[in-house]
Amino acid sequence: MALHTDRRYEEELAHLRQLILEMGGLVERQIGDATASLASSDRQLAERTIERDHQVNRYDVDIDEECLRLLALHQPAARDLRLITTSLKITTDLERVGDMAVNICERAIDLSETPSALQVDLPRMADTVRKMLRESLDAFVREDADLALSVCKEDDTIDAMHAQMFADVLGRMTRDPSVVVVGTAQLFVSKYLERIADHATNIAEMVIFMVKGKSIRHLSVPASI
Amino acid sequence: MLTQIHNDRPSKNGDAAAAPRTKIEARSVDFFYGTTQALHGVSLAAGVCQVTALIGPSGCGKSTFLRLINRMNDLIPGIRLTGEILLDGEDIYDPGVDVVDLRRRVGMVFQRSNPFPKSIYENVAYGPRVHGVRDKATLDEIVETTLRRSALWDEVKDRLGTSALSLSGGQQQRLCIARALAVEPEVLLMDEPASALDPLATAKIEELIHELKERYTIIIVTHNMQQAARVSDMTAYFYLGRLVEFGATATIFTNPTRQETEDYITGRFG
Repeated sequence: MALHTDRRYEEELAHLRQLILEMGGLVERQIGDATASLASSDRQLAERTIERDHQVNRYDVDIDEECLRLLALHQPAARDLRLITTSLKITTDLERVGDMAVNICERAIDLSETPSALQVDLPRMADTVRKMLRESLDAFVREDADLALSVCKEDDTIDAMHAQMFADVLGRMTRDPSVVVVGTAQLFVSKYLERIADHATNIAEMVIFMVKGKSIRHLSVPASI
Repeated sequence: MLTQIHNDRPSKNGDAAAAPRTKIEARSVDFFYGTTQALHGVSLAAGVCQVTALIGPSGCGKSTFLRLINRMNDLIPGIRLTGEILLDGEDIYDPGVDVVDLRRRVGMVFQRSNPFPKSIYENVAYGPRVHGVRDKATLDEIVETTLRRSALWDEVKDRLGTSALSLSGGQQQRLCIARALAVEPEVLLMDEPASALDPLATAKIEELIHELKERYTIIIVTHNMQQAARVSDMTAYFYLGRLVEFGATATIFTNPTRQETEDYITGRFG
């Protein structure tokens, strides 16, 4: 695509994309560390991850300010306008994902003092969720609507995993009330991961809007775009 | 006279989703200045009581097209037009058309305000006089109603006898709009009407355009993209004498269909 005649504007839009990527990378790391702290009962890692959340919040504020500045100074149109409005929404989702990572860390800290964690498949679910988030951000950078659509389709997989997890853990808690504390915490984590997948899906939907100018939000996921 | 002004606004009792009736329609218009072809196969329909913005880089043909709609190009030697331009379904280039009457029905406001070196009152009364209105009371009524309609009355009602040239640039431009309205046009053509004005005067003109479209079909040429976005219902993008894209303004400025349009409105041009 042709470059903007106004080079400074071009650079500012590139800078906005860069900020989103940095925020996305940080949030991805937060989820990774949160789930790792849970898997390895690493309290210190969980605490360090919680402390780092303020950096995510800082990006949220900075990117909002950058978007407002671009809107006010350049009156963007068409795909530039869609990039900026998409960025405003993506940061909100990423900030919420950061909060979910903190929530997972808090449960990890709770569970680190409980010796007998249930053997459930949270790591596999966490890996899938992280992949969704990473691909939604890749789709943003590459302006790849097809990749974004595949992320939207993946959301059903996570919903199914969460439903399965819920039935499984609930069954175990019913049979053995001594695991209720652990089981409840793990159900919370499962729910957090399911919510993160929803945020990744939101980001992917916004990427489709940004690239195609077409909203698929609140509709059933189309087969192709 | 003004009480009988033609109101083209489509019935509100009709289907709200229906497109407005076509007021101006260009059909496959080719236009030449001598051997230079300025327009290539332009087809475009402007709806009644809508604002249609013509945008595009300098030399793209948008002003040429605008001036064809009230035959302002007629006096240029060596011009040639093929295709048709219809006003209410009738070809305005038909040999039987009275050009003076056409220009009464299709008024024009230019980039630079050009009031006559006469009083404010005389500027507005001039057109109706030319068209035969002699009665002082009728002229007074036309002057007041038209100046109100062009949002100038409150600023000039106490000095109608003073020279129009004593007005500010923005006021002069609104006076020129009043002068165009005084002869009861149906269509207003505006060629960059606010490009020489400061932001406040520009805002007044834009607000006025919004009010005028209740009664008139407006076609506006502007280099100010944001102005096109703010004031128009439909936008036409011209490039190198061709109509590249024509569509609802909200769509053109958020999600245009053609890459050329996208490049132009996002500043990726040239």
